[in-house]
Amino acid sequence: MSWILLVEQTLNGLQFGVMLFLMAAGLTLIFGVMGLINLAHGSLYMVGAFAAAAVAGATGSFGLALAASLTAAALAGVVIETTVIRRLYDRDHLDQVLATFALILIFSEGTRWLFGSFPLFLDRPEFLAGTVSLPFGIEYSKYRLSLIGVGLAVAAGLFWMIAKTRIGIQIRAGENDREMIGALGVDISKLYTLVFALGAALAGLAGALIGAIQSVQVGMGEPVLILAFVVIVIGGIGSIQGALVGAILVGVTDTLGSFLLPKVFSLFLAPAAATSVGSSLASMAIYILMAGVLLVRPKGLFGGA
Amino acid sequence: MKRERYLNFALMALLLFVPLLAWLLDEPFLITLTTRAVIFAIAGVGLNLALGFGGLVSFGHAAFFGLGGYAMGILAHHAQTYTPLMEWPLVIEGTKSMLVVWPVAILTGALAALAIGALSLRTSGVYFIMITLAFGQMLFYFTISWSAYGGEDGLSIYVRNSFPGLNTMDPIQYFAICYGLLLLVLFGVSRVSGSAFGLMLRAAKQNEERVQAVGQTPYRLYLIAFTISGAITGLAGALFADLNRFVSPTMLSWQVSGEIMVFVILGGVGRVYGPVAGAALFILLEHTLGGLSEYWHVYLGAILLGVVLFARGGLYGLLAGREVAHD
Repeated sequence: MSWILLVEQTLNGLQFGVMLFLMAAGLTLIFGVMGLINLAHGSLYMVGAFAAAAVAGATGSFGLALAASLTAAALAGVVIETTVIRRLYDRDHLDQVLATFALILIFSEGTRWLFGSFPLFLDRPEFLAGTVSLPFGIEYSKYRLSLIGVGLAVAAGLFWMIAKTRIGIQIRAGENDREMIGALGVDISKLYTLVFALGAALAGLAGALIGAIQSVQVGMGEPVLILAFVVIVIGGIGSIQGALVGAILVGVTDTLGSFLLPKVFSLFLAPAAATSVGSSLASMAIYILMAGVLLVRPKGLFGGA
Repeated sequence: MKRERYLNFALMALLLFVPLLAWLLDEPFLITLTTRAVIFAIAGVGLNLALGFGGLVSFGHAAFFGLGGYAMGILAHHAQTYTPLMEWPLVIEGTKSMLVVWPVAILTGALAALAIGALSLRTSGVYFIMITLAFGQMLFYFTISWSAYGGEDGLSIYVRNSFPGLNTMDPIQYFAICYGLLLLVLFGVSRVSGSAFGLMLRAAKQNEERVQAVGQTPYRLYLIAFTISGAITGLAGALFADLNRFVSPTMLSWQVSGEIMVFVILGGVGRVYGPVAGAALFILLEHTLGGLSEYWHVYLGAILLGVVLFARGGLYGLLAGREVAHD
């Protein structure tokens, strides 16, 4: 096994991780601030990807496609927050799970009705095609490398926003005591709509960026949604920092697991058996990781008391 | 709560009447459709024991449903290929007898639920929802890569398992078996729900500290409820696999967990017969909306949304009042 391949796989894991972070950040903010489980978050990811693919197909511009994904997902977020989600804040998790499960059905079939069942394709921009040479003779995809950059930049922006800006202070206050910030004159329902739209826009951005690597299709949001839940549960619900650490852990575990585990088993098993045992363990690896973390720390790595 | 009892009776009579009528009119499809509803009802009644009475929102019940299905599939697969299931330390042959398959499926569901529950119940709230989902996904991916039993393609069973004195391939006779089992399960769950254990479980759902103060361990109560719940869902899985004569990883997918949860909520959380109403309504909606439009999931979603937002307490809450009967 060459170590160059290992570095490339680690970078792939990192890229996967920061994309998961974009999904998980919205989920964890919405959960932390409003106490809401939103299963339809994956649908917003899908909305972003479809909006980007449609606009890129019509205009040929990747920049416009990204803008469209942010706008469409944020708009969809505002619409479902004001019509449905708003009524669920005071309900128990069961009602939230069922209502947002219903939203998934509506979004998926609605998209199928608009765009048909065939996958769409989104081309990566011209200037990010090809590979870039890194030190020690490593060639790596320019596009994937820029995804890592975008993801880390968004993470830094979010940390800055939460720590330094007025809206960030309101969000943190809302996590602790929603009645108190209401009494201090903050319009809570507007704040909630804003946080929801922000989370939706991040999910939409993730969808558009990933859409240039995979195909854009109905149902693409659900596997990512489950991974994002794994991420926030590992990181500790409500913690942006936890979401970042959890996302990178999950991304790297998943990518390196499917790369390394079959090789590890081939040291002491026949090749066919090693491949099958290794790949089956690899597909379970992140769930094993999550169960392990929760057994040691039932509230996640960065979870509060 | 007299009204709830009338409603239970009407519901069970309807579930019996529809296939009998279909049998007289020679409409086997309708019989099979009702059988599906009855089997899903068993799974829902199983989940309701944990979710409705214990307040344990399990998002991983498809795992027990699927494991029950695989228990049946593996036994029947060995029986139809004449290969022993195990040769060491003792020889175990496959079987096609329902009387053996059911206990094995129930035991498989119970053991899996005991193990998963013992670990998951260390957490609570959203963490519990998510860890049960994670265990469900783990088993889902395990069955996908389990190439000895078909992997992603699943296992086909050519002839339904046998039940003494009946021809199980005849739709109405297979329906009778499933309906009988649903009655048994309902009887069992209403006995459990009315017992001292059931009372304690509901008390723990409302106030854990008080239950602890009278000398009970909520963890133990929850674990017992979760295990029984997994056992019942495992039985439903075996019946479902036998209905289709096919078992595949799809039975373990998280959408199935979501659907079983929908049966419970649609019918009425914490009402013994609620999931039966929920499963019947779901199958009815699936069938009628599916006939109306290709995009029927939109309507199904809208109806579910309507139920959550405006008809809290589900169908039973709507028809028999919000108050849950205490008998």
